[in-house]
Amino acid sequence: MRKRSQRLWLIGAAAALVAGAIGLGAVALKDTVAFFYTPSDLVDKNVIAEGKSARVGGLVEVGSESHDSDGALVFKITDGKHNLPVIFDGIPPDLFKEGQGVVAEGRFDAQGQLVAKRVLAKHDENYMPKEVYDALKKNAGEAGAEAFMKEPTS
Amino acid sequence: MIAELGHLLAFLALATAASQSVLGLTTGGAPVRRLAVATGMFTLLSMLTLVISFVRLDFSVELVARNSHSLKPIIYRIAGAWGNHEGSMLLWCLIMAGYGAAGAMFMRGGKLRDRTLGVQGLLTTGSLLYLLIASSPFVRLDDPPLDGGGMNPLLQDPAVALHPPFLYTGYVGLSFVFSIAAAGLIIGKIDREWAARTRPWALTAWSALTIGITLGAIWAYYELGWGGWWFWDPVENASFMPWLVSAALVHSLIVTEKRGGMAAWTVFLAVLAFCLALLGTFLVRSGVMTSVHAFATDPERGIILLIGLGITGGAALALYAWRAPKIMAGPEFDPVSREGALILNNLFLSVAAALVLVGTVTPMFAQALNISLSIGEPYFQLTFAPMMAVLLLFMPLAQASTWRRTEIEPLLKRFWPAMALAIVVAVGAAVLSGKTLWLIPGILVGVWVVAGVAMDLARRVGPGGAGRVFRLPLTVWGMAIAHIGMGLFVIGATAETAARSERTFPLRQGEVAEMAGWTFRFDGVGSAEGPNYLSTRADITVTHDGKTEVIHPEKRFYPVAGTGTTEVAIRKTMGGDVYVALGDTIREEPGVWRIRIAHHPLIDWVFGGAGLIAIGGFVSLAARIRRRVPVTEQAPATEPEVTGKPPATAGAPA
Repeated sequence: MRKRSQRLWLIGAAAALVAGAIGLGAVALKDTVAFFYTPSDLVDKNVIAEGKSARVGGLVEVGSESHDSDGALVFKITDGKHNLPVIFDGIPPDLFKEGQGVVAEGRFDAQGQLVAKRVLAKHDENYMPKEVYDALKKNAGEAGAEAFMKEPTS
Repeated sequence: MIAELGHLLAFLALATAASQSVLGLTTGGAPVRRLAVATGMFTLLSMLTLVISFVRLDFSVELVARNSHSLKPIIYRIAGAWGNHEGSMLLWCLIMAGYGAAGAMFMRGGKLRDRTLGVQGLLTTGSLLYLLIASSPFVRLDDPPLDGGGMNPLLQDPAVALHPPFLYTGYVGLSFVFSIAAAGLIIGKIDREWAARTRPWALTAWSALTIGITLGAIWAYYELGWGGWWFWDPVENASFMPWLVSAALVHSLIVTEKRGGMAAWTVFLAVLAFCLALLGTFLVRSGVMTSVHAFATDPERGIILLIGLGITGGAALALYAWRAPKIMAGPEFDPVSREGALILNNLFLSVAAALVLVGTVTPMFAQALNISLSIGEPYFQLTFAPMMAVLLLFMPLAQASTWRRTEIEPLLKRFWPAMALAIVVAVGAAVLSGKTLWLIPGILVGVWVVAGVAMDLARRVGPGGAGRVFRLPLTVWGMAIAHIGMGLFVIGATAETAARSERTFPLRQGEVAEMAGWTFRFDGVGSAEGPNYLSTRADITVTHDGKTEVIHPEKRFYPVAGTGTTEVAIRKTMGGDVYVALGDTIREEPGVWRIRIAHHPLIDWVFGGAGLIAIGGFVSLAARIRRRVPVTEQAPATEPEVTGKPPATAGAPA
């Protein structure tokens, strides 16, 4: 095969593959991206709709943790202003605790609860998800977020 | 004293590394070689002093005080030395300098070695500067505490203690591949010999990276308590992108070495792999993302890392842009040929790496625009999985193809039994499990790869019996092992992802749960005490096929850290793992515990397959070391891969 056609073939194959990948990536991004919300965002922007996927962060509201009749974990995420009920049929991470930072990912059901597929808690006592910190800062002021950060974890 | 000695040794290493880079890039010869070995020795001794400080629990060293504790078992005291930001940076420097020393000892003398050691010295100097200025592990405390702050309990685990050394041998090992690439560009010699001398280092780094990533996945599987082994977490992607690019590299190096083709592309991949490793380090360490690796996040460190990435990547790309036009193009070949197949492999692997990159950094760019979004598993499954599936369809054919030109028809005829088997198994698995969407393509591709590679291997052995198996060249074994590992991995990953089942049962003492033919009787919980933790231990009687045994999932609480871990109980069976985790109690109903029971089909194939990929890489490396024939003496016409084939296989026109 001549050098020229060899090169043309190469460029053609690469272009087709890249075009395919861009198409695939764009479709996948559009379908799967989950935006991050605080409970207040959900109310302000009227986000909640059945089947919509979202990532919600805040603190586990003190006194909200319980279980439904099937034994699934039920709790509320709060940012100090509003809260969102969450159902999670799994074992929460070891650092999951009332009053602590948490991010839940999942889809809303017909009752407007978040059915979580994944619940993330802080990885260690000195650290919390940046998104949660920012959300708390926005709603409770810098002092609120700082106070939380220093709160001893006993 | 010992910490000061370590500090001093790090400074000595900095001095020798700096001289190594100056001499290596200007003159060269024996002094550079000695300096590279000295840099390696000094960083090794420096690391040793840190390990000694950790083992001796010298709490006057701030790092030890923050990360160790007198009750911690000895293995985690040692691993604690790199289980934190500063210590892991020292490990980084050690591996980087270690590669330099290894290069000084094992590379043939000459300009390429001198310049390689020079560039490696430059990278080591930069890393040591960062260590000493921004993250010194040797800082003393004026007022040492009586005991230390302990280590994140999640990290007190054998798999994760070994994870950093392996991961860094891979990740940081790419720095040496980068150095050889830069050296080749500097001396203007990117040719077959360059490729032959780069390949062992690329194989070493890539295989070690495979092991490091696998250890991390195994740890996530049993330690995080939810049974997942890969989350497409940005931290995982940070190591996976260099893996994909270096996988492409070890393949394209074959074309450059054997045929002299793709040289410009190969050297670009060698540069890119290390740049992606640096990008990954930046993503993980700068605190732009939430992760167990974000030890103590510090935006300032992030900025330094970003500058380092910019300088390294920018300089290398400028060098590349300057020199690449002079790189010779290889001989001509037909699109349907082994060259064509390896180009296809490279296109797919790099496009896949680009898709992972997009999914990883998009949330960060969005964050800069004040939009908070996340991209998770569904995106990667939709984009990455189809890419790999198509790539793997070509794998057995590629293995059997010949250089320059291959007739596709005889190949397709030859491999139809493998395809038939794959279709039967995939459809059978779908009917049996009732899951179709992801299962069929995944199982099909996996079985096709394993069967196809086995057929190709059988053909290479030829008629003549088992004795001939051992006469196959090691390079063929390396390739076959890695490719079969890939097939097994795909089968395992597909089955595990599509057919895993899990449920949480609220159980009172004496109550029984049933799942997948197993019964679980909850016999209550007791407490136990470990060296540095308190444990709540459940007794669960498991019955399956008339056999009964008692398992003990635990929840451990580490008083020093104030946090706990979930220790799952796993029972292995032929078909997969039965995985039991002890959850929390239900407040409204005292005495009721939530117990999560899961079945993970073929999970061992996932880790075993990945392990085989690494073994295949090491076997190929061994083949290189055993041969060690200077490439220049090889007649271009002989193909080492072909020598094991019976003459009959030469049927395809060459």
